[in-house]
Amino acid sequence: MAAITLEAVGKTYAGGVKAVHSIDLAIQDGEFVVLVGPSGCGKSTLLRMVAGLESVTEGKISIGDRMVNEVEPAERDIAMVFQNYALYPHMTVRQNLAYGLKNRKMAKAEISRRVDEAAQILEIGAFLDRKPRALSGGQRQRVAMGRAIVREPAAFLFDEPLSNLDAKLRVQMRGEIKQLQARLGTTSIYVTHDQLEAMTLAHRLVVLNGGQIEQVGTPLEVYRKPASTFVAAFIGSPAMNLLNAKAEGGVAHVGGGRVPLAAAVTGPVTLGLRPEDVRPADAGTEGAFVLKIAYVEELGAQKLVHGTVEGQNFACALPSDAALGQALHLVPEPGAAHGFDAQTGKRLG
Amino acid sequence: MKRIFFRNKILPYLLIAPQMVVTIIFFLWPAGEAVLQSFQREDAFGLHTTWVGLANYRALFQDPDYIHSLQVTVVFTIGVTAVALIVALLLALAVDRTIKAGPAYTTLLVWPYAVAPAVVGVLWWFLFNPTIGLMPYLLSLVGYHWNHALKGDDAMILVIISAAWPQVSYNFLFFVAGLQSIPGSMREAAAIDGAGPVKRFFTITLPLLSPTTFFLVVVNFVYAMFATFPVIDATTQGGPAGATNILVFKVYQDGFVGLNLGSSAAQSVVLLAIVIALTVIQFRFIERRVEY
Ligand SMILES: Nc1ncnc2c1ncn2[C@@H]1O[C@H](COP(=O)(O)OP(=O)(O)OP(=O)(O)O)[C@@H](O)[C@H]1O
Ligand SMILES: [Mg+2]
Repeated sequence: MAAITLEAVGKTYAGGVKAVHSIDLAIQDGEFVVLVGPSGCGKSTLLRMVAGLESVTEGKISIGDRMVNEVEPAERDIAMVFQNYALYPHMTVRQNLAYGLKNRKMAKAEISRRVDEAAQILEIGAFLDRKPRALSGGQRQRVAMGRAIVREPAAFLFDEPLSNLDAKLRVQMRGEIKQLQARLGTTSIYVTHDQLEAMTLAHRLVVLNGGQIEQVGTPLEVYRKPASTFVAAFIGSPAMNLLNAKAEGGVAHVGGGRVPLAAAVTGPVTLGLRPEDVRPADAGTEGAFVLKIAYVEELGAQKLVHGTVEGQNFACALPSDAALGQALHLVPEPGAAHGFDAQTGKRLG
Repeated sequence: MKRIFFRNKILPYLLIAPQMVVTIIFFLWPAGEAVLQSFQREDAFGLHTTWVGLANYRALFQDPDYIHSLQVTVVFTIGVTAVALIVALLLALAVDRTIKAGPAYTTLLVWPYAVAPAVVGVLWWFLFNPTIGLMPYLLSLVGYHWNHALKGDDAMILVIISAAWPQVSYNFLFFVAGLQSIPGSMREAAAIDGAGPVKRFFTITLPLLSPTTFFLVVVNFVYAMFATFPVIDATTQGGPAGATNILVFKVYQDGFVGLNLGSSAAQSVVLLAIVIALTVIQFRFIERRVEY
C-alpha cells in the first residue's frame, strides 16, 4: 500500500502528439481515485505511465517514497486490470492467477494459499481449472481482478475494466469493485469515460480534458460545484443545461426571467442549471423564465421535458404527473444556479 | 459456407473439368502407374513385366542404401525445418518490435521465396564453392577447410541451408501474422506480472504461436521431403557417397538413371504414403486447433 504522487507529469508521444500536459496529483494511501474524461483526453496514457508501460517524458511519478520514472513495470509493485482483461488464453484460471507470483519465485504453498483466497473472495473457485475461453465475460472480469489481488500490490490500476460488459453486469461489478477496494484498502486508480461509474466508485474524481486536469474533488464537490462548463456538462445525467445570458449585478437575465447567481457579475455569462434543479411555476411568478416545449421523454419515475429557452436547448426533469401545455414557466431552486465566465468557461463564485 | 446452385446441370462439371484433367493426367494416373509398377518387375528393355507382389518393398527395406537414404532424409528434413522455422521466427520477432519500419524490411525478407529452387541451389553452390566461393574463404580464415564435395557433413549443411533459405520467407510471413494477432496487452500484463523478455517469449509468445508453428512444421516437413529435388540436383546430386541422397532424389536416380523401375515405384509409393499421413495429421489438428 502506498501513496502515488504525480509532479508536473507530461507525455509527448514519438510522433509529437502531446497527450498529457503537466499534471500534478497527490493520491493518498488507500484512496480510490477515478480518472474520467471523454475519449482521447489522455486517461489511459496517464495510467500507463503510472504502470510503467509508457515512458514519462516530463515530470516525476512516485509510488510510495520512490521515484519510479525509470523503474520497470514489474518492479513498481502495481497490478493492472486491462479493458480486454488480457488473460493468458493457454493457461487455466489457476495458472493465470499464479503466473505473477511464480515469476517472483514465491513458495508453492504461499502461491496456492493466495490463489485460493482470491478465488474465494471473487467466487471463482468453481472455474480454477478452466481456460479463459470457457468463461463468460463477467467471469473473465473476475479472473482479471483475481490476478491483480493475489499479488497484494501497493496499487491497483484499472483501465476501463467494465466497458466490455453488458449494462446490468456493469452495475453489479461496479458495486463489487467498490466493496473489494474498501475491504482491501489498496490505493487504486481507475480510468473510465462513464461519468456514472466515476461518480459511484470514486473517493476522489479527476476530470481530464485534452490532457489537462479540469477539476479534482469528491464526487459531490464536483457535482455541486463544477469548476468549468466542461465539467458541468460532463458530470451528471441528464446533463446540466448551459444558457448564454446577460448578467446585471449578479442576476442573469434569460427567457424573460431573472436567475440570481452566487457571484456579483455584470455582462455576458453562461448560466448553468441542472434539469432537476428547476420547478414549474405559475405564469407571472417573480423571475420565472419560459421554456417552449419541443418533446417529452417519459422515464417512469419522472419525465424529461425538452425544449428551448430563448432559442437555446434546455431540458428539465418533472414529476411524471406534471401537466404540460405548449410552454412552461420555470423557476430555479434557491442557490441551484451556476454561473460561468462566458469566455473562459471557468466557474464564477 | 455459401452454396451456389447452377441451373445448368452440365456447366459445373465443365468448369471443374480442366482442373480434374490436370489432376488425373499428372497426378492420379502416374500415382496409379507407380502403385501398379511397385508390384511388378520389368526387364531392362521394358519388354517383359512380371508380377512380383511385395518383393520390391521387401527388397527396399532390406537395402542398406535405402535405409541410409531414409536416415539422411530424417536428418535433412528436421534440419531444414528447424533452421527455416528458427531463423524465420527470429526475423519475425525483430519485425514485430518495430512494425513501423516493417513494410520495406518485410518485402525484402519475402523475396527469396520468389526465387526458383534450382537458382537457389546454384546460388548457394557458388557461395560455398570450395575454389571460388566466399564462405569457404571466410571459413578458412577461422581454420576450417570447407569441402562439400568430399565431406558428407559439409554437404549436408550446404543442402540444409540452401533448402531452408527460401522457406524462411514463407515461415516469416506466417510468424509475423501470428505475432501481430497476439494483443499487446497480453505482453504488458506479463511484463507487470514480472516476466522479463526471455521468459515472456517462452511462456506467453511461443505458446500463443503454437497453432502457427504446428502448421508450419508440417508444411516445412512436406517441403523438405518432397520439394527439394532441384536444390539437391543443383548442389550435391546426393553426394558425396550418398551423404545427401534424400528419398526424392533416390527415387529419381534409381528410376531414371538406374532404370530400376520397380524399386523406384515402390519408393515413390512409400513417399506417397508419408505425404498422405502428414496431410491427415495436418487436417486433424487444424480442425481441432492446437490446444491452448
Ligand atoms: N502510441 C501513441 N502514439 C501517438 N499518439 C498516441 C498514442 N497513444 C495514444 N495517443 C494519443 O494520445 C491521446 C490520448 O490517448 P489515450 O489513449 O490516453 O486516451 P483515453 O483518454 O484513454 O481515450 P479512450 O477513452 O478512448 O480510451 C489521443 O489523442 C491519442 O490519439
Ligand atoms: Mg483509454
